[in-house]
Amino acid sequence: MTKSSLKYAKSHEWIRVEADGTATVGISEFAQDALGDVVFVELPQGGATVNAGQQVAVVESVKAASDIYSPVSGRIAAVNDALKDKPELLNSSPLDAGWLFRIEVSNAAELDALLDASAYDSSHD
Amino acid sequence: MGQRTPLYQKHVDAGAKIVDFAGWDMPLHYGSQIAEHRQVRDHAGVFDVSHMNVVDLDGSEAEAFLRRMLCGDVAKLQPGAALYTLLLNEEGGVIDDLIVYRREGSWRLVANCGTRAKVLAWLRQHAAGKQLALRERADLAILAVNGPAAIATVATLLAPAQAESMHALRPFECAGSDDLFIARTGYTGEDGVELIVPAAAAPQLWDKLVAAGVRPTGLGARDTLRLEAGMNLYGHDMDEKTSPLSANLAWTIAWEPADRDFIGRAAVTRDRALIAEGRLPVLTGLVLETRGVLREGQEVTTDRGKGVITSGSFAPTLNLSIALARVPVHITACTVDLRGTPTPVRIVKPRFVRFGKKVFD
Repeated sequence: MTKSSLKYAKSHEWIRVEADGTATVGISEFAQDALGDVVFVELPQGGATVNAGQQVAVVESVKAASDIYSPVSGRIAAVNDALKDKPELLNSSPLDAGWLFRIEVSNAAELDALLDASAYDSSHD
Repeated sequence: MGQRTPLYQKHVDAGAKIVDFAGWDMPLHYGSQIAEHRQVRDHAGVFDVSHMNVVDLDGSEAEAFLRRMLCGDVAKLQPGAALYTLLLNEEGGVIDDLIVYRREGSWRLVANCGTRAKVLAWLRQHAAGKQLALRERADLAILAVNGPAAIATVATLLAPAQAESMHALRPFECAGSDDLFIARTGYTGEDGVELIVPAAAAPQLWDKLVAAGVRPTGLGARDTLRLEAGMNLYGHDMDEKTSPLSANLAWTIAWEPADRDFIGRAAVTRDRALIAEGRLPVLTGLVLETRGVLREGQEVTTDRGKGVITSGSFAPTLNLSIALARVPVHITACTVDLRGTPTPVRIVKPRFVRFGKKVFD
């Protein structure tokens, strides 16, 4: 998986469209570094319908509690249950094993409005 | 760029995330705050606390001066003994908390960094015209080495005579000279020593400690370690508007002898009566047994009124969240507003971990 296959929201979530058409969502390397050690993750309900920009999860670190927003509208298809016992995956592997949830995208046009990796990187310099 | 300790480059080389702390560029962590916390509980870690305010005093009136300035009584200290105590203002508020060390013929105070200017001004104002010399020691560095393996590891780095004098120290005792001052004090709830050395000697001592297996530990872990130990943080758990009796610090006040007129005595005597009547709040411990993290500033609701969390965090040793909170006296039930959800928390004595083990019921 390369960073260039990801799209980013300004609120520091990434999203990647998978082969089956669903999209995976997580938080960026920049976000995990800023948060410090993650200690709890509150994930959305599987099956829930959410809107782009809606708060759907919470990441609590040693430093602060951070709201996580869905980058797109759709239905939550799966959540990463491994984070319940191993929240530190968000720090060690934010773009891979530390993913948060999968979503069935209801409006693909919303993906086009997100940032590519280089635009995201320059958005928080 | 902020002020830097003699160990700044060591922190950068070790991969520290550097943050501003009261105008100083200090290490928050070197990768993982939680891993550093656990290393101190399980083995040993070293903190650079050279930003703290070291003040040496000597002179024929130094003892009388300190007996007036501090709420604890230094007359009880033998040379080589240390005391955790407070500088109070006339209203009984806490100007700073500090450790005073009695040495042969002199005294050493180690106070907070963020309060440096006001503490020096307060001390100098009251020292004027007295037979005493007050000297700020910005030429020194402090390395705090804490953890069950701390003393044994430090011993391997010292000359035999130095190691012997360190091993002879009981908790809250100190020994040594300006080349190497060793105090068996700390801020983590673990055994250990604070080593005060000339700035130029600090980097080499740091390297030796790290080579001996003592892990660099940042201010992030220092905060969670002290919170688990139930130790207050100045500016959070108490300040100039807080009575020591509302900050779980009544034990630092020496009420006897009754004729010792320390600054703030009348005010804290009044506060003692107010506490007994339930008219002043107290500092308690809180434990959250469900998911979530207690944070400073969160409002708490009790069976006797509102209160506030003064320090809160995830406690890595306990794997749950703990807090210190200022609440009405004699409460029996408490909930915390966690992001809009009132959540029950357990009320405990404000002391959570000692020597690596949970200590509350």
